[in-house]
Amino acid sequence: MIDWEIVAENLPAFAGGLVNTLILLATVIVSGFTISVPLALVRSTRSSYVSRAVWLFTYVIRGTPLLVQLFIIYYGMAQFEFVRSSALWPLFRSPWFCAWLALTINTVAYTTEIFAGAIRTTAPGEIEAARSIGLSRAAVLRYVIWPSAWRRALPQYGNEVVMMMHATALASTVTIVEVMRVARDVYTNYLVLTESFGVAAAIYLCLTIGLTALFRRLEKHFLRHLSRSEAPNAKVQPAERLNPKVA
Amino acid sequence: MFQSYLPMILEGLRVTLSVASVSLAIACVIGLIGASAKVYGGMAARLSATVYTTTVRALPDLLVMLVVFYGGQILLNSISDKYGWGYLDVDPYIAGVSTIGFVFGAYLTETFRGAILSVPAGQIEAGFAYGLSRFQVAFYILLPQMIRHAVPGLTNTWLVMLKATALVSIIGLDDMVHRAGLASAATREPFTFYALIGLIYLAVTTFSVLLFGALEKVSSRGVRSGGAA
Repeated sequence: MIDWEIVAENLPAFAGGLVNTLILLATVIVSGFTISVPLALVRSTRSSYVSRAVWLFTYVIRGTPLLVQLFIIYYGMAQFEFVRSSALWPLFRSPWFCAWLALTINTVAYTTEIFAGAIRTTAPGEIEAARSIGLSRAAVLRYVIWPSAWRRALPQYGNEVVMMMHATALASTVTIVEVMRVARDVYTNYLVLTESFGVAAAIYLCLTIGLTALFRRLEKHFLRHLSRSEAPNAKVQPAERLNPKVA
Repeated sequence: MFQSYLPMILEGLRVTLSVASVSLAIACVIGLIGASAKVYGGMAARLSATVYTTTVRALPDLLVMLVVFYGGQILLNSISDKYGWGYLDVDPYIAGVSTIGFVFGAYLTETFRGAILSVPAGQIEAGFAYGLSRFQVAFYILLPQMIRHAVPGLTNTWLVMLKATALVSIIGLDDMVHRAGLASAATREPFTFYALIGLIYLAVTTFSVLLFGALEKVSSRGVRSGGAA
């Protein structure tokens, strides 16, 4: 049924594709996280112009397809003379930069909303208590609001990371040779389904399972004080409690 | 120049909306079947529904779409070879709606499963106690009450699905994205046309949110909200 010779022949190509998928995913997740945290803080403040501007940004991005966003950046920017004559032009000509930028902008919009939602649901009493024992605003943010918001956001954030992993498949439309592109090329060359898309499906399935397991471990780690079986044994030192490791 | 391409793009919008709504109908049917299999089915039905929802949600939409598109072609070829029909093409529209329906049926299975479980068991038992048939219980008691719980998940699936229809341009369906590509190539103004369809998607999304908000109100009429206390 499965022609293992074709699979073996194209295994190096798939390995290369997997590396590219992972590089794209990792860079997007790192930049996405870094930008989303401050944006979420701004977004969760009530009724300021900046907060509304951030909302507009996430609304527009969440309301349009990622493929269109990618095409606007990859094909669209070339329309403008000032882009083509600027120092940024080599960047916008590179499919890697465009895919990274499009995916980052997309994940920033979703992640910002996830984090902002978690920040908004912080119990007011916690913040009042922290303020009343004399913590500064920055300290409240760092040691009270963020650690608990991060914990609440973690399950949804895990979903978003898996979604982004799936979204890297769209990079195949702008000539990046990641897993999806390799599968499509193998299909075009041999006209076989299992040995092309089947292998890609197996790879994506493993990545999904791996990421899900990773986030389950993270949840176990960050939410261990809430798990009933471990709570009595978990002796958290006060210093640790004040300095939770955040991603 | 721009105006002359506008009718063509709007015709693409019609294709996009048609793909999205037919896919939604297919996904709803699959979702209802999958959810009943998960809640009421035997061992085999539960297992196959679980395998379906887990695999589909673990793979990129684009991958599932290409597998259905090319796989359907291979299947069609082998059938037509057998009966000597000659070469048949898979219609990209049918391939598109069946794939998107198949993919989002998995998400709706989970939505509907939760909705079914949130209807109190006593309601179903009361229906049977009155002598209603299984069909009547499902149609007059279960469905009206589960819709209220399903609307938020349904809204979300519709919004994600609407954007996922952009992918059908990759298998050659003449939707809005595909037409924007053609217009860009002809005018050398890709930004103009991709930004335009971006705005159209945004408008449709906004309209959908308002519409589903109204549906949520209608489906929750008669339910007391806890907010007043």
